[in-house]
Amino acid sequence: MSILVDQNTRVIVQGITGREGTFHARGCREYGTKIVAGVTPGRGGTVHEGITVFDTVLEAVEKTGADASMIFVPPAAAADAILEAADARLKLAVCITEGIPASDMVRVAAALEDGPTRLIGPNCPGIISPGKCKIGIMPGYIHKPGPVGVISRSGTLTYEAVAQLSKRGIGQSTCLGIGGDPIIGTTFVDALALFRDDAETRVIVLIGEIGGGAEEEAARYAARDLNKPMVAFVAGQTAPPGKRMGHAGAIIAGGHGTAAEKMAALQEYGARVLQSPAEIGEAVEALLREAAPSAGARGRA
Amino acid sequence: MSERPVLRGAGARGVVLMKIHEYQAKQILKRFGIDVPRGDVAFSPKEAGAIASRLGGRCVVKAQIHAGGRGKGGGVKIAGDVEEAERLARQMIGMNLVTPQTGPQGKRVRRLLIEEPVDIAREIYLGVTLDRGRSVPVVMGSGRGGMDIEEVARKDPSALRVEPVDPLVGFRPYQARRIGYALGLKGEEVARAARLMQAMVAAYVETDASLLEINPLVVTRQGGLLALDAKMSFDDNALFRHPEIRELRDPEEEDPLEVEASAHGLNYIKLQGNVGCMVNGAGLAMATMDIIKLVGGEPANFLDVGGGATSEQVASAFKILLADQNVKAVLINIFGGILRVDVLARGLVDAVRKVELRVPVVARLEGTNVDEGRRILQESGLNFTLAEGMLDAAKKVVALAGAR
Repeated sequence: MSILVDQNTRVIVQGITGREGTFHARGCREYGTKIVAGVTPGRGGTVHEGITVFDTVLEAVEKTGADASMIFVPPAAAADAILEAADARLKLAVCITEGIPASDMVRVAAALEDGPTRLIGPNCPGIISPGKCKIGIMPGYIHKPGPVGVISRSGTLTYEAVAQLSKRGIGQSTCLGIGGDPIIGTTFVDALALFRDDAETRVIVLIGEIGGGAEEEAARYAARDLNKPMVAFVAGQTAPPGKRMGHAGAIIAGGHGTAAEKMAALQEYGARVLQSPAEIGEAVEALLREAAPSAGARGRA
Repeated sequence: MSERPVLRGAGARGVVLMKIHEYQAKQILKRFGIDVPRGDVAFSPKEAGAIASRLGGRCVVKAQIHAGGRGKGGGVKIAGDVEEAERLARQMIGMNLVTPQTGPQGKRVRRLLIEEPVDIAREIYLGVTLDRGRSVPVVMGSGRGGMDIEEVARKDPSALRVEPVDPLVGFRPYQARRIGYALGLKGEEVARAARLMQAMVAAYVETDASLLEINPLVVTRQGGLLALDAKMSFDDNALFRHPEIRELRDPEEEDPLEVEASAHGLNYIKLQGNVGCMVNGAGLAMATMDIIKLVGGEPANFLDVGGGATSEQVASAFKILLADQNVKAVLINIFGGILRVDVLARGLVDAVRKVELRVPVVARLEGTNVDEGRRILQESGLNFTLAEGMLDAAKKVVALAGAR
């Protein structure tokens, strides 16, 4: 099993005729993802890279039965693209676009609140269930199917963690980059709840970053409701306060959102909190070994 | 749209949050109907004197730098007449102002705000910012005006009243009144404060601000409300639709290397150590700094070259890294996923040949075509040390930096 996407997920690509949309639609299709249509206003009726393009998401969904979208629309129009995916009642919208104004996302978050559409991102690498479906820009070949669920606010740091796992022969159930922006669709807590209910996932890797309170919330949720062991790393232990380290999220204001606070909260839950990003694979391997004799998803460290 | 690539993968992120000066923030507030003390900006003692004379002589001279705590560092002084205003201006312009927020190196003062003095009956804090947890902006109010609000929030959260701004129906008058009453305002003051808060929200929303603070907001002896100090910063993702805000940028307030980096689409922040870092992706870049520190080194910078870094970008990144004289060794940590490692390695070799390399470089490369990439570096004849994994890389670069 996996969370959110599998071999049956039918994906459209919004912004398919752009440079990035073209490149990554091809990459996902080569990985085995069912890319069933593309959407670019004004290009409806054409065929791009062997994929039929529609003018609107609604038409693409009606004609192809798609249930997910991968969004590569430039920042000024990306919020509208997300809302169009939600209007067509897609189950999943994965927005890769970086640089969407926060005020646009405030309105999107409010509009999506009670609807059927789950948003992943924006400003994220996407989601992959190895061997089944890849919706995003991550290099597919570093992944392999297996029992570890990976959730992360970063891009390349997630690849680093995944590569450490795969090198040790440890596969992943689903890897999910939730994005580095202040306002995102799917949060750590949402992803933890999905992994909790996924029988295949036996260990969770959570990769946080300085800024905000998402890691603390994840720790509170885990203490209350999670029944699986977790390995956690928080990037930015050495970041100076008041400076923005790339991600809009990665800023520490007046001692809030520091790595130390987040690590302490996760530790309190019982997560195996790492100081070194080089030890992720090793730590997961140890947890899987501990959990193996009881062969259960309930083995909490 | 700008000429910048619209999507740069999950790696590269925007520039540092855009800040403006107090006098600029006050001009914006004034446009939205919020009262501020009379005054103007001065770039020279002469201009300061002219403004002081227009204000009737007695005035406040305030250093304009992008950092708070200016009063504590001697950056806010009262002048009794025009001559004193000019004398204070002469002292302040060009001085290096050190405040609790500037760091020990301080910041050079180039502009002054000359303002009329205000009769203060009470000081209040009001702010608008984004609440990431709730995904909406919030208006915050506290009776402890003039104090560091994060300090207040930590020590006595009950002293801070917070109301969310609903993105669909907006900020309601009753919410503003609720904050007003919580601040201990009475009668007509509450209505006035409520109108002022509405104006703050309008200014915040219409300029795509990320922070708007009035601290303190002053209740004058006549019962009026004046923004005595104001601070604004903006969401750089939204600057494309606010040319008028972009113009307020003061490059002299920013680190020259950081400005140069952002011109090349790089995200660079100078730090105090001696290990230069070049990494793709902000999260991996922070993790790289962490592991350098863990093995006993000190990072000299944060530098994210982005997911799809070109050979030109890598070359500019090298130039910026090496412009920092503290750098004794460089660590390159690249996880090439989409980006092919052999292409990157060729870019690195070209880049290093273009710049004068005076320090050893440790390269840790991972990803597509990694073997070919490593071969290219090894056979380049340049001073590259290859590393296997992040820990090995960190140990090697810290040893090299320490040995010099």
